[in-house]
Amino acid sequence: MNTKEILKAINIEKIRADFPILQREVNGKPLVYFDNGATTQKPKQVIDAVAHYYEQMNSNVHRGVHYLSQISTDAFEVTRRKLQAFIHAEHEHEVIITKGTTESINMVATCYGRKFIGEGDEIIVSAMEHHSNIVPWQMLCDEKGCVLKVIPMNDRGELDLDVYKSLFSSKTKIATFTYVSNALGTINPVKEMIDIAHEHQVPVLLDAAQAVQHMAVDVQALDVDFLVFSGHKMYGPTGVGVLYGKEALLNAMPPYQGGGDMIKEVSFEKTTYNELPFKFEAGTPNIEAGICLGEAIDYLNELGLEQIKAYEDELLAYATAELSQVEGVRFIGTAAQKSSVISFVVDGTHPYDIGVILDKLGIAVRTGHHCAQPVMERFGIPGTVRMSLAMYNTKAEVDTLVEGLKRALKMLL
Amino acid sequence: MQINEIQDELIEDFAFYQDWMEKYEYIIQLGKEVPLIEEQYKTEEYIIKGCQSKVWLFPELKDGKIYFTADSDAIITKGLVSLMVKVLSGQTPQDIAKADLYFIDQIGLKEHLSPTRANGLLSMVKQMKLYAIALQAAS
Repeated sequence: MNTKEILKAINIEKIRADFPILQREVNGKPLVYFDNGATTQKPKQVIDAVAHYYEQMNSNVHRGVHYLSQISTDAFEVTRRKLQAFIHAEHEHEVIITKGTTESINMVATCYGRKFIGEGDEIIVSAMEHHSNIVPWQMLCDEKGCVLKVIPMNDRGELDLDVYKSLFSSKTKIATFTYVSNALGTINPVKEMIDIAHEHQVPVLLDAAQAVQHMAVDVQALDVDFLVFSGHKMYGPTGVGVLYGKEALLNAMPPYQGGGDMIKEVSFEKTTYNELPFKFEAGTPNIEAGICLGEAIDYLNELGLEQIKAYEDELLAYATAELSQVEGVRFIGTAAQKSSVISFVVDGTHPYDIGVILDKLGIAVRTGHHCAQPVMERFGIPGTVRMSLAMYNTKAEVDTLVEGLKRALKMLL
Repeated sequence: MQINEIQDELIEDFAFYQDWMEKYEYIIQLGKEVPLIEEQYKTEEYIIKGCQSKVWLFPELKDGKIYFTADSDAIITKGLVSLMVKVLSGQTPQDIAKADLYFIDQIGLKEHLSPTRANGLLSMVKQMKLYAIALQAAS
């Protein structure tokens, strides 16, 4: 199907009907939810699955011989296979189920860092990372005496690949960057960047938290070494996420936490660790979230990420065009390749002011630094108003936002 | 005027405004009337933490009373700090420290008092009372 046919085939009203929260009002107005970069709403298929889990399946996983433990374990492992297929991992044991993106990054910083990074070594990060992909590496640097090297970006919010190439040295131990910027919407040329890192035999951690819900991601095609993302930003439950790692790397790394599930045998003399993926899954996981994330994947697969992307790209272009008509709006992040995020400021107002008034109109946006203070500093602003789109948003909602913004500016300026 | 008299007056003023939009327009207007902090005091020392926007607040003790000047880079926040200055400025440290600010609830801004709100109204109140306690000890 070409884009036009896709857009014709996609039934947004049917999708919206699957999301109960979209039917509610906020401050007496129909909810317009444009804070999808922070978290997406959940379809009733996911919500119902949570109730079903507690009503029919609840039991601990990977340990009981009894019926309930077996069905919950099976369901949890079904999600792992769905995740494997979703990101095209070679092996299902390369998919570690975590609490979310932040924990996944901390696991790599801690475990890969503990084993492979030492004093004077270098870690490459990009200037557009959110705090979760900066601070764990800084903590490692404090502990080990290693150094962060930062890939700068231009005024459009695009990374400077020439500088990136020049940052590699014999001391570079890992490179990490985001697939899609949460604050700017930039889609980075990650395949090219991964290939460059591999020319220097440096592994790459790719933060796909803002990518997997918007576009198809294939870890083998990308040849990426680590990939992380969260369930709650892809229409699934909170408290669950993924660390994908290449088998050889995961096997070479020490475990993250000690506890149940991650061991083979324990004695006071010696403990042997379990195999992948369980080596990295100490303790009882967030079972219902793990199981119900599978429902979210089914939901995405049924619609198809190609269709979702075509629809969201069209909506992004529409929203960008409409907002650019509003006097005073200045976009932060104007990369050639963008996904789902529009960040802007209006000179003479603070993003907070706009957010407060939009909220009164039932419109949810995010204001502030979006947990990416270095990005705001780069553009010399305290923060932005960020509208972040999802597949259930409509052009009518964009119109409501634009009207709301005009009303806010009339009050504020 | 006493703190409670000013509060009662504000409650009356706000009762006049029916919808939220008028209310916010009034708050924005109040922001324009705030006694502005001198540029030299717009430093880290006088910033109120806990706001998404920046708020500066400077206390001065004159003849046994505290006078506040303030500013913010956000217009609504500036209105909120202006409200607080209106109620508490020109009062004795003792009165400020023990003030019961019932007007916030009554004018419909209670939602702004929760510790998780990003505007920092709660931090403003706390900071003003802390200044009062500190200056009370000094005077």
